[in-house]
Amino acid sequence: MKADVDVFANVTQSKDGSKNRVWEGTKAITAPCSPVTENRQFGSKMTDSKYFTTTKKGEIFELKAELNSDKKEKKKEAVKKVIASMTVGKDVSALFPDVVNCMQTDNLELKKLVYLYLMNYAKSQPDMAIMAVNTFVKDCEDPNPLIRALAVRTMGCIRVDKITEYLCEPLRKCLKDEDPYVRKTAAVCVAKLHDINAQLVEDQGFLDTLKDLISDSNPMVVANAVAALSEIAESHPNSNLLDLNPQTINKLLTALNECTEWGQIFILDCLANYTPRDDRESQSICERVTPRLSHANSAVVLSAVKVLMKFMEMLPKDLDYYGTLLKKLAPPLVTLLSAEPELQYVALRNINLIVQRRPEILKHEMKVFFVKYNDPIYVKLEKLDIMIRLASQANIAQVLAELKEYATEVDVDFVRKAVRAIGRCAIKVEQSAERCVSTLLDLIQTKVNYVVQEAIVVIKDIFRKYPNKYESVIATLCENLDSLDEPEARAAMIWIVGEYAERIDNADELLESFLEGFHDESTQVQLQLLTAIVKLFLKKPTETQELVQQVLSLATQDSDNPDLRDRGYIYWRLLSTDPVAAKEVVLAEKPLISEETDLIEPTLLEELICHIGTLASVYHKPPSAFVEGSRGVQHKRLPGSAGSGESADSPDTGSAAGVSEAPPAVIPSQGDLLGDLLNLDLTPPTTSGPPPAPSSGMQMGAMDLLGGGLDSLLGGDLGGSPAMGAGFGAPPTAMPASFPPPVSGGLDDLFDLGGSVGMPMGAYSPPKSIWLPAMKAKGLEISGTFARRAGVIQMEMTLTNKAMSIMTDFAIQFNRNSFGLAPAGPLQVLTPVGPNQSIEVALPLSTVGPVMKMEPLTNLQVAVKNNIDVFYFSSQYPISMLFVEDGKMERQVFLATWKDIPNDNEAQFQIKDCHLNSDAASSKLQGSNVFTIAKRTVEGQDMLYQSMKLTNGIWVLAELRVQAGNPNYTVSLKCRAPEVSQCVFQSYEAMLKN
Amino acid sequence: MIHSLFLVNASGDIFLEKHWKSVVSRSVCDYFFEAQERATEPENVPPVIPTPHHYLISVLRHRIYFVAVIQSEVPPLFVIEFLHRVVDTFQDYFGVCTEAAIKDNVVVVYELLEEMLDNGFPLATESNILKELIKPPTILRTMVNTITGSTNVGEQLPTGQLSVVPWRRTGVKYTNNEAYFDVVEEIDAIIDKSGSTITAEIQGVIDACVKLTGMPDLTLSFMNPRLLDDVSFHPCVRFKRWEAERILSFIPPDGNFRLLSYHVSSQNLVAIPVYVKHNITFREGSSQGRFDLTLGPKQTMGKAVESVLVSSQLPRGVLNANLNPSQGTYTFDPVTKMLSWDVGKINPQKLPSLKGTMSLQAGASKPDENPSINIQFKIQQMAISGCTQAGQTL
Repeated sequence: MKADVDVFANVTQSKDGSKNRVWEGTKAITAPCSPVTENRQFGSKMTDSKYFTTTKKGEIFELKAELNSDKKEKKKEAVKKVIASMTVGKDVSALFPDVVNCMQTDNLELKKLVYLYLMNYAKSQPDMAIMAVNTFVKDCEDPNPLIRALAVRTMGCIRVDKITEYLCEPLRKCLKDEDPYVRKTAAVCVAKLHDINAQLVEDQGFLDTLKDLISDSNPMVVANAVAALSEIAESHPNSNLLDLNPQTINKLLTALNECTEWGQIFILDCLANYTPRDDRESQSICERVTPRLSHANSAVVLSAVKVLMKFMEMLPKDLDYYGTLLKKLAPPLVTLLSAEPELQYVALRNINLIVQRRPEILKHEMKVFFVKYNDPIYVKLEKLDIMIRLASQANIAQVLAELKEYATEVDVDFVRKAVRAIGRCAIKVEQSAERCVSTLLDLIQTKVNYVVQEAIVVIKDIFRKYPNKYESVIATLCENLDSLDEPEARAAMIWIVGEYAERIDNADELLESFLEGFHDESTQVQLQLLTAIVKLFLKKPTETQELVQQVLSLATQDSDNPDLRDRGYIYWRLLSTDPVAAKEVVLAEKPLISEETDLIEPTLLEELICHIGTLASVYHKPPSAFVEGSRGVQHKRLPGSAGSGESADSPDTGSAAGVSEAPPAVIPSQGDLLGDLLNLDLTPPTTSGPPPAPSSGMQMGAMDLLGGGLDSLLGGDLGGSPAMGAGFGAPPTAMPASFPPPVSGGLDDLFDLGGSVGMPMGAYSPPKSIWLPAMKAKGLEISGTFARRAGVIQMEMTLTNKAMSIMTDFAIQFNRNSFGLAPAGPLQVLTPVGPNQSIEVALPLSTVGPVMKMEPLTNLQVAVKNNIDVFYFSSQYPISMLFVEDGKMERQVFLATWKDIPNDNEAQFQIKDCHLNSDAASSKLQGSNVFTIAKRTVEGQDMLYQSMKLTNGIWVLAELRVQAGNPNYTVSLKCRAPEVSQCVFQSYEAMLKN
Repeated sequence: MIHSLFLVNASGDIFLEKHWKSVVSRSVCDYFFEAQERATEPENVPPVIPTPHHYLISVLRHRIYFVAVIQSEVPPLFVIEFLHRVVDTFQDYFGVCTEAAIKDNVVVVYELLEEMLDNGFPLATESNILKELIKPPTILRTMVNTITGSTNVGEQLPTGQLSVVPWRRTGVKYTNNEAYFDVVEEIDAIIDKSGSTITAEIQGVIDACVKLTGMPDLTLSFMNPRLLDDVSFHPCVRFKRWEAERILSFIPPDGNFRLLSYHVSSQNLVAIPVYVKHNITFREGSSQGRFDLTLGPKQTMGKAVESVLVSSQLPRGVLNANLNPSQGTYTFDPVTKMLSWDVGKINPQKLPSLKGTMSLQAGASKPDENPSINIQFKIQQMAISGCTQAGQTL
């Protein structure tokens, strides 16, 4: 009875062990037998929960005694208890020798249990594990194939290097065993062994044996050999392990019909890597794979779909078989959607890819993607996505009716996505736009806050697609102005007001009302408001002059946000120099947005199609982007079409197919944009004179405008979410069209200039200073400095003996520090230092020591020992000696990184009284591994863009502004770790002034 | 391949872990718990969760999360299918798959998991083979084992594992040879207010229970096989024969198994055998709502509709319901807001109805969601798809 009280205690406390102790303690005093525990006792007598029982005095001790018992039955019970403890996470490794002793038994169950235990704990007791080897080797010779297989299986799971050597011989025998059950187990064992010791597997020739097994007569052996080879190949992407040729393919296809479902998955996945020689081979493989589509296991179905999708590419489109195959693919995909929700989710993610690649397969199956009320939310959202992809003129009425229903559901995320989906339908299917807009208006009438906001956001997109068509709804939208509290919705509404300012009578009042709380708005809304008011001003210049001035001054003077400030300056300059040009720029006709923006890029899509059914397909990312340990995964490509003359999308596949083939051209690539951008901002200074300066702030701003801020403004907006950001990005995209072609050389010239600047000079090293005065260190004075010489950081010290006795036995140690500096070798003071003697030492440093953040960052605490005592001092090293030689960033990377680092991380400093010109400064800095990546000159002010990399891999980007004749430089530093900025600035100052 | 498996109960405790390769720390489940916290409903936990070094793939069955840990690129469906198979096996062995059942049989569970997966590769997942390797626990066997010291673990090599028909044991003997086939169909239909069907599709399965001696070879033919839109078969079915002649020919496994599942798409007109007239209204401003539901049979070909069970998720604002059923009993759970009405058999002469009022939370605005009504019923010897069996031969 006593013991059974604990049954209850232990079962309920499996989460933390501490409770257990309390119970043990109380148990020693009394033995409470509450009715609850008593019931429990009877319920559990016949079951395994009794193995969770502990006894009051150290269970390990008692188990040990039981394990060594003579009675077989008692032994087995004890092993069972040990296993039970193991499963709930208790440490029973102390029993290792006793459990191993039970291994020599004829009892199969006991043997299995001991094996279970061994697998779990062998690693922690490698020496003991050796004891088990003999039994394993003996078991591998057992007449019963079940035992042979079990032995070889378990041996592979013991991840101890010493044991693996003994494993080789038995494994070799088992791979050639007469019994297929043993062979298939051994095949998997090779993969296990490879995981533990790859070299050993190669040296022993197991890989070749494994390849031979592909031709085995038993399908299960073939399947396991394929599985093992695939797993091994994953860590050797370039090895030709699975060398597929028509003969092996034939073998695999034969085995495919007869092996288990899991084996079929392995074989199908392997087949998908094969590239058939011609369309006839492709067709014959497809024919033999198609029956797998009717398998009950959904993983088999999806793997078969992958093979078919890939090999279909090679079939000529006019072939009858091609059409048949297309028809055969739809039903299994539909059936996947009636499975459990988890399976549905994975299936839907894959169907999403399939629909983008071959919309014709599922175009008639819209209804199966209708959301069911009891679907989990993740299934609902995926279904919505696919519904939009399948939406066409033929089914749009149905889709819209459904979407409208969804918009009245309870789940907020789902409702939002449904509303958004209506907008996407409008953009995708032109004929439906009108109906979509009226549906959206109906939804706005519901006055449900988040529905209204979401609807306004999508209506903005609809305006972008069909300008000047649905303006009649603006009045309704304006009614809801006050209820908008989300930035995206506010920004969308402001955009609409700005865009159609001429048709909204009180546009100025509306915008003015937003302006009141300008500073509390999010950046998105501020930027939009700025643009909208400028648009308004250009449309109704007379009434809104005051408003525009107000917003410009708010944006440029009172704002800390560089994006906003820079955009403000652009508009200000544009308006003040040439209002006509401003009109052309700001009110330029915007490119229409289209539906393709949310499609997956075609090359990625092709790769993902080759990975149907895998994690990559669930995440819609190439495997190389996220799979850990896949060193250089091969990028898979779809094979080319057989009829090479014929274009990929023949007319019969319809317009939807065309959509997926055409690369989305809406958003220009980053490179083009930057080129345009620089042309653009170099133009004004050469064509027009100095701009009129409305205020001193403006003067300052003009410089700023042409400096670093611009690319972040434009790049940032357009790089963002394409569809939503399109509204903001519109004015800049339009600029190149309205400006003359580049006057000065543009991006490339500019950067070449930067590349050739500067010859390396010596790295900066501060003069020596006294770190440890003699008074504090019993006569030892240490002065020193840090330097970087030929890529090695050195601590250069002068040790002076100001005491009366000889000093010997010098040694040095560093405390942990911010960059992990540590002595790379011992302190080399070979001769004793006599009184009044001094000695120069250079100590090379490494950066692989322990790291701890110091305050200040570059503080280094040092301990020096000699025959007299140990002394401590601290010193600060210039961060510039941590700048590594490969700190030169690619220009594109630089621009992208600059843009990518949030503005909060930017720090600006002034360097006073520096009398170098920019070239000299640049070459001086280069000597210390500060690399100038680009230089441009604007109105006599030189801008140097520089990068440096610290030993711990932190990049620091800098913009150095040098005005001829002005001894004050400005440095702006951007870094993902903003705390280093201050140190870097100090180094800049030191480097430049020396 | 599959690295580890964690079983997590409804309150978020890991009560079993099993590792097939190296040991993965339990802390990896923290990511799962985070996702679980974010999800409003237990079933809304996303099935695939990325963590910095692993991926967690989980399924929720019987209020237990089965969380598999994988490290490399593995087909997620493969993992999910496997997890489902684990659940099915537990259910097969222990009758139920609950935390208590698993804990009571922890050693068998461990042995099973070990047999099912080797280094992450599935080894033996067929229930027939597993049962030969590890005998399911029964009270009698446990008693016998305790007395004689014999074990649950089979001594013999599972013969089926190597034969061409791995799903069937050899040497099966019955004194009474019998075979049963159950056709179960599930209709998913959306019916609008006026009672017309917007969409309807049928998911059907044929479950079989075959107890026959020796190596029987069965054939099963249908009256109208064209109806079956998409079929997926148990591996025992000869696919070629189905392709060519639309006849199911197979050597069945021993015992219970799912012979095939099929799908009848919405393109075929589905006649739904019952209809529902409903009138559920809430008035703005009042704390009362009216509830009126009437059921009736439709196109049942003269067969009786039995075991009718109506359930409906009422809006959150509903506090209580005061209803009056013309037959059967109803219950309303004020916590989950689930109304269920056990109707029993529908008598076409006197249609069952459920009428009454619902009381709403005072002052709350009119609920804007529409309750959906779920109806379960049974009609003996009739399949809605119209799929009928033409004959079977041994």
